[in-house]
Amino acid sequence: MDLRLLDAEPSDAERDAIDAVVGGAVQNGGRVARADRSSRHLLLPALRAAQRRIGFVSEGALGYASRRLDVPPADAYGVASFYALLALEERPADVLHVCDDLSCRLAGAEVPAGAHASPCLGLCERAPASLRTIAGERPREVQLPETGPPLPQAGDPGLRLLRRIGAGLDPGSLDSYRSHGGYAALRRAVELGPTAVLREVADSRLLGRGGAAFPTGAKWEAVARQPAHPHYLVCNADESEPGTFKDRVLMEGDPFALLEAMTIAAYTTGCERGFVYVRAEYPLAHERLENAFAQARTRGLLGSDVMGTGFAFDVELRIGAGAYVCGEETALFQSIEGYRGEPRNKPPFPVEVGLFGKPTVVNNVETLFNVLEVVNDSGAVYAESGTEGSTGTRLFCLSGHVARPGLYEVPFGMPLRELLELAGASAPKAVLLGGAAGSFLRPDQLDLPLTFEDARAAGATLGSGVVIVYDESADLVDAVLRIAEFFRDESCGQCVPCRVGTVRQEEALKRLAAGAGNGNELEVLADLARVMKDASICGLGQTAANAVESAMMNLGVLTP
Amino acid sequence: MTAVSVAAPKRLVELTIDGETVRVNEGSTILDACRRLGISTPTLCYADTLTPVNVCRVCVVEVEGARTLAPSCSRKAEPGMVVHTDSERVRTSRRLVLELLASSVDLSLAADAQRYMSIYGAEPQRFGESATVAQPVKVDNDLYVRDYSRCILCYKCVEACGEDHQNTFAIAVAGRGFGSHISTELDVPLPESACVYCGNCVAVCPTGALMPKSEFDLREAGTWDEAKQEQVDTVCPYCGVGCNLTLHVQDGDIVKVTSPDDHDVTRGNLCVKGRFGFQYVQNRR
Repeated sequence: MDLRLLDAEPSDAERDAIDAVVGGAVQNGGRVARADRSSRHLLLPALRAAQRRIGFVSEGALGYASRRLDVPPADAYGVASFYALLALEERPADVLHVCDDLSCRLAGAEVPAGAHASPCLGLCERAPASLRTIAGERPREVQLPETGPPLPQAGDPGLRLLRRIGAGLDPGSLDSYRSHGGYAALRRAVELGPTAVLREVADSRLLGRGGAAFPTGAKWEAVARQPAHPHYLVCNADESEPGTFKDRVLMEGDPFALLEAMTIAAYTTGCERGFVYVRAEYPLAHERLENAFAQARTRGLLGSDVMGTGFAFDVELRIGAGAYVCGEETALFQSIEGYRGEPRNKPPFPVEVGLFGKPTVVNNVETLFNVLEVVNDSGAVYAESGTEGSTGTRLFCLSGHVARPGLYEVPFGMPLRELLELAGASAPKAVLLGGAAGSFLRPDQLDLPLTFEDARAAGATLGSGVVIVYDESADLVDAVLRIAEFFRDESCGQCVPCRVGTVRQEEALKRLAAGAGNGNELEVLADLARVMKDASICGLGQTAANAVESAMMNLGVLTP
Repeated sequence: MTAVSVAAPKRLVELTIDGETVRVNEGSTILDACRRLGISTPTLCYADTLTPVNVCRVCVVEVEGARTLAPSCSRKAEPGMVVHTDSERVRTSRRLVLELLASSVDLSLAADAQRYMSIYGAEPQRFGESATVAQPVKVDNDLYVRDYSRCILCYKCVEACGEDHQNTFAIAVAGRGFGSHISTELDVPLPESACVYCGNCVAVCPTGALMPKSEFDLREAGTWDEAKQEQVDTVCPYCGVGCNLTLHVQDGDIVKVTSPDDHDVTRGNLCVKGRFGFQYVQNRR
């Protein structure tokens, strides 16, 4: 490409920040050497580094990143302007992002003047929450409040996935992890060999915990037998579903376990390179994961010869920049590759054509944690807990009007009512199950057993394990409008049904809420729900009407 | 001269569309198969000369066994597939897509979209007062104008400017959601951008959002009249490549130049000279 480049030059600070990501520039007769064309995947890290240095992405920084990575400036601008947390206009170095999403507004969140309103920050157990981003020579991000309540069930002997967190484990220490039984699963996996591990995972009937409930064994097997190489492993840690914070708790509290599980997944499916894509709003998780990777590398648990087995594997942390849609697996690939987070059409599916066009395993954080249990206990033993269709335990994120908000681990099959009692919810008026892409339940639906199959039969979904409780005082119209606003904001804009449909949905709901309807809103909303479900490219558009529809049909919100 | 393929012959895939069996080459799309059967399928973001982006969703069809509808322009035909192109579900989605576009974008110059709207009975006014992408026309050079209040974000111009045709990469989709728009870097005017004025973006625009300045001026003056125009095919006089030009002539003046999509050399593309360099022909003393 013969690119025409922006004239503006970066400051020395910006140049250094970008070089730290891209590698030092070689001066060649006054011309800055370009990185290899295949380095485009460093675009988002480079833009993020520039913003963390001076507080925004300046014209000079955008141009320099384009030049170094051989990305056309218009294209780089398209990428930078896609992500909500990247600023293209000068702003103060210290910015406060205040969550005004579902759980935080129940806790009375208010966005002060000068602060930015933010969608869910994944800190719902300590609502109202916010995130401070401070640019500079030593950039940092701070989650506020800095700490939340401890795990409500800490010390409970029934815990599986959460048993180490808050039970003496030091999340910063590999030795501590090992003294809590860490790396026994990887050792066992290596003893078994990839084929046997595949069989154990299939026997466990483990279903993905990110929301789609796809069988993990089938996914792994599909990638393992793909002739095209390399294979990639991606851990989807972009949890951004309003009300979800389970993956954050796992990564912050037990980062080595995620790494161990990823190593097993890579060993089993033939991946030499893995990525963890974590949303930008989780700075503590970034720090703990980076530390875990570094320690594992020095101890031979990552690298060219993992545990002396000859198996090579390494992991990279990738950080988002504020886009819910990047939790959609193909949008996530686009984002890692340095493009706008626009989902791809499926098929082809990631197991065939995934990251960088290669066969790719994508697993959610919680799913991977379950793999450790499967390998340690065997698939058959694992499958004894839970129900026939939903094996194992499940994490639920309780927030809203509950006495003890936080992350709960319960066996599949527990009635929702029992979970609500654990968390101290009294007489809810409604429960949002599964997040903004989930559905509202009535008080008489609370005996629902929490399994994939029962949720499906009830026309609901467990989604990412969100349980937001609304008591008598709650304003459900406000909740429904916030959900509609959320989807309108987070639509990537690629396909018509979602780009315009989410706008029309919000407009119709607002008219109803204001008592200024045209008389055809219910019909219009039903049509919009159909076209978004049927014709949108990805799950975002396909689920954008779920919660709204359920609130209207189940709870009679905004209906005559 | 047409190149003769020496590749192995393609296998055939048999599928059923609207009850009729059809066999197409492996790798063909459902849209290809529909065309083979003479089933007319609306398309907006699809063009024979561009990589399908499947974003407009007006070409969706129902594939039995699938949870959602599939974009026929890019979904590959598979053996045994059973496809419905005129079910109630398909018609509803197509109608809604057209209503959503027409309620937010000025489609008055989008002939295809207008035609589809009447076929599917689209009534965009039923959304009432709605947000639109209305904005002033960008006139920042003498060759073509950009009226993004007519833009349906079909990505065709971006593809034509980028890898599919020109490899100039002057424009991209920027922003997000309803705020997504076609933009140069930092939204600078075209003369400050990488644009080389080949006008290949203008050639693929289906809605008149991109328009030669010559056409724009006549429309503004109220004197643009396609009924009075004749189209004359000729060969570009500038270099030896041999691009075919179609001159659009009104009242003895060239008012626009295009190139046929099916021409071996151009596939509809031209350079700045061929597309915009016609003024000398009509410099009369």
